[in-house]
Amino acid sequence: MGSERDATSERDMAIDARTTVGSPPETSSTPDESAGEPAPAVDGRKPLLEVDHVTLRFGGVVALNDVNFTLYEGEILGLIGPNGAGKTTCFNAMTGVYTPTTGQIRFRGEKVSGRKRFQITKLGIARTFQNIRLFPEMTALENVQVGADANHKTSVPSALLRLPRHWREERQGKEKARELLDFVGIEGRAGDLARNLSYGDQRRLEIARALATDPTLLCLDEPAAGFNPAEKVALLQLIRKIRDSGVTVLLIEHDMRLVMGVVDRLVVLEFGQKIAEGSPADVRDDPKVIAAYLGGVEDAA
Amino acid sequence: MTALRERWHSASSAFGRRVDGLPKSARITGLLAFVAFLYVLPNKWFYEYLNIPGVWIPLYTTRNDMAAVLFYCAWIVLLSLGLNVVVGYAGLLDLGFFGFFAVGAYTVALLTSPESKLITEYNWLESPWPWLVTVPIAVALALLSGVLLGAPTLRLRGDYLAIVTLGFAEMIRIIAKNQDWILNGDRGIPQVAHPPGKYPDGSAIFQFEFKPYYWLLLTVIIAAVFLIRNLANSRVGRAWVAIREDEDAAELMGVPTFRFKLWAFAIGAAVGGLSGTLWAGQANFVNSSTFSLENSILVLAAVLLGGAGSIGGAILGGFLVIYIPEWLRSVGDVFGLPETATVFGNDFDVSPTSLRYFIFGILLIIVMIFRPQGLWPNRRRAAELKDRQKEVAVVE
Ligand SMILES: Nc1ncnc2c1ncn2[C@@H]1O[C@H](COP(=O)(O)OP(=O)(O)O)[C@@H](O)[C@H]1O
Ligand SMILES: [Mg+2]
Repeated sequence: MGSERDATSERDMAIDARTTVGSPPETSSTPDESAGEPAPAVDGRKPLLEVDHVTLRFGGVVALNDVNFTLYEGEILGLIGPNGAGKTTCFNAMTGVYTPTTGQIRFRGEKVSGRKRFQITKLGIARTFQNIRLFPEMTALENVQVGADANHKTSVPSALLRLPRHWREERQGKEKARELLDFVGIEGRAGDLARNLSYGDQRRLEIARALATDPTLLCLDEPAAGFNPAEKVALLQLIRKIRDSGVTVLLIEHDMRLVMGVVDRLVVLEFGQKIAEGSPADVRDDPKVIAAYLGGVEDAA
Repeated sequence: MTALRERWHSASSAFGRRVDGLPKSARITGLLAFVAFLYVLPNKWFYEYLNIPGVWIPLYTTRNDMAAVLFYCAWIVLLSLGLNVVVGYAGLLDLGFFGFFAVGAYTVALLTSPESKLITEYNWLESPWPWLVTVPIAVALALLSGVLLGAPTLRLRGDYLAIVTLGFAEMIRIIAKNQDWILNGDRGIPQVAHPPGKYPDGSAIFQFEFKPYYWLLLTVIIAAVFLIRNLANSRVGRAWVAIREDEDAAELMGVPTFRFKLWAFAIGAAVGGLSGTLWAGQANFVNSSTFSLENSILVLAAVLLGGAGSIGGAILGGFLVIYIPEWLRSVGDVFGLPETATVFGNDFDVSPTSLRYFIFGILLIIVMIFRPQGLWPNRRRAAELKDRQKEVAVVE
């Protein structure tokens, strides 16, 4: 867990840098590029999620500063950046945990903020967590069933009296949960308590639970954290499989090399600002990105 | 002490395994036999033979009519079952459960008593209504007050609910005690109607004898157990577990957390109201003295003693909190213990009757030390408790 410690020290420095450095020249260049309009469709695909000039402050800390990007249907978009760049905060804004201070997030043209979190999930955005947050004393199957319940209508009256809807949805939920456990490759652990699963299986279970809500957009927050190389390869395969099943994927990762092979496009955040966007090849050669990954920390210090 | 604790653990889990290992038919037969036992229990010809074998100490209560004790047990059991939904399933702390009980009891009293001011002074009613008609109204009103109380408070996290429910119950009690224009203050409302029903010879079943009321309550309890089990093993029960274990994650996975917490709270309130109607139907008289805070705490103690989140636990806990003190009252007679002791010329009352709550309190403390999860806990709830203790130990 040595990397955890690095992460926190980096994060502290990130805060320092933001509060001391005023507004770097890069800021002005970002709005010029996209000019607040949805970026043109890639391969004629429709925009699914628009992050429209979002700024998010926590007191004096500016976690997101005028971040602006669009996610298109059917792609895998990587959201990368050093620790403390604001990636998780961006997810939290998208899923209703935080409301942007200024700016808007639109999902299929509809405003996301202001809705309840469970309604946003029903709208079609599902997520996993950087620090795994399963229901530890529920079985793997039950965890996924909770996700499947997002689209169920059974409430107290039909459950109390065991009306047909209860039976139908219970059966469908269980079936779907089994299929999804199979899909992520942990069908053998269906009856085990979530807390007894291995770390990697827990991450897979989180993905299955999120998929059970029938999302159009799946947001994965550092799903490969703590994985060994072989597990990482398997995970990337799984992510491709998810995309091929018709789900758009937003993938957070701070290890740039890992995502290069799987994403269609990349958005790079640093200190809460978007510093680059484009194909993996373009981003890799971008001097600002190289600086962020190689020299960023020294600059801040 | 740990050795003792270990031994208790292995013994109780061995028992659990043995019960789980039985074929389904055997378990159902056992359950039916137990239910039959509960129905014949208030008969003197039956309970007279209940005793601790060998030493021949009666298990029935000698100071109080056994049927009456059983009625009070059943009454608290029903309340525990309701509170268990709130505390055990949804993980909400409700300290004013008797407020809903009061709503149920007063509704029945006001609508069925010929002495009700609704009839005598305000002419809102022509004549008293029958008991049975008022039960659904009372339950609906209790449910409604649960929703009204829960809707603003359940949106907040933390201890607000405990404080608000405590305030609500005290408020109802004080209003009932002091105001005169409808609830009659301390004088209360007499002549509350009894449940309907006649024996073949034409005499009413529900009079002042406790036995029929016990049977009625027992039947209601069995129905309640059935319905609550349905809830627990459904999407609703799953949502409650998810909320208990990680409320934020639950909501982000599409669980309408507020709605299901409100449901749990309202179900608890409705069961509280129902038990109020049954109590009023038996007692024939309602005033504020039954709605004291101690009673709310007693029911909470019953749920925690039995084991939060488990139906069996709620039943066991509800039974024990009434039965043990009552039984302790009888023990003095059996052993011929002295009623008073003279120390330095002063007489002290040391009869088990007077000391019964003291002894019961000590028993409670002992159980909570050895089994903080309760006597018959829900496996999942107990594990969550342990997880939380670990979390507290590793303070971030
Ligand atoms: N709830 C919060 N309150 C205050 N500051 C926060 C909060 N959440 C995140 N931050 C800050 O916002 C910045 C971005 O954090 P985060 O989005 O977690 O980064 P990343 O996921 O890219 O590593 C950090 O400086 C962090 O300290
Ligand atoms: Mg993060």
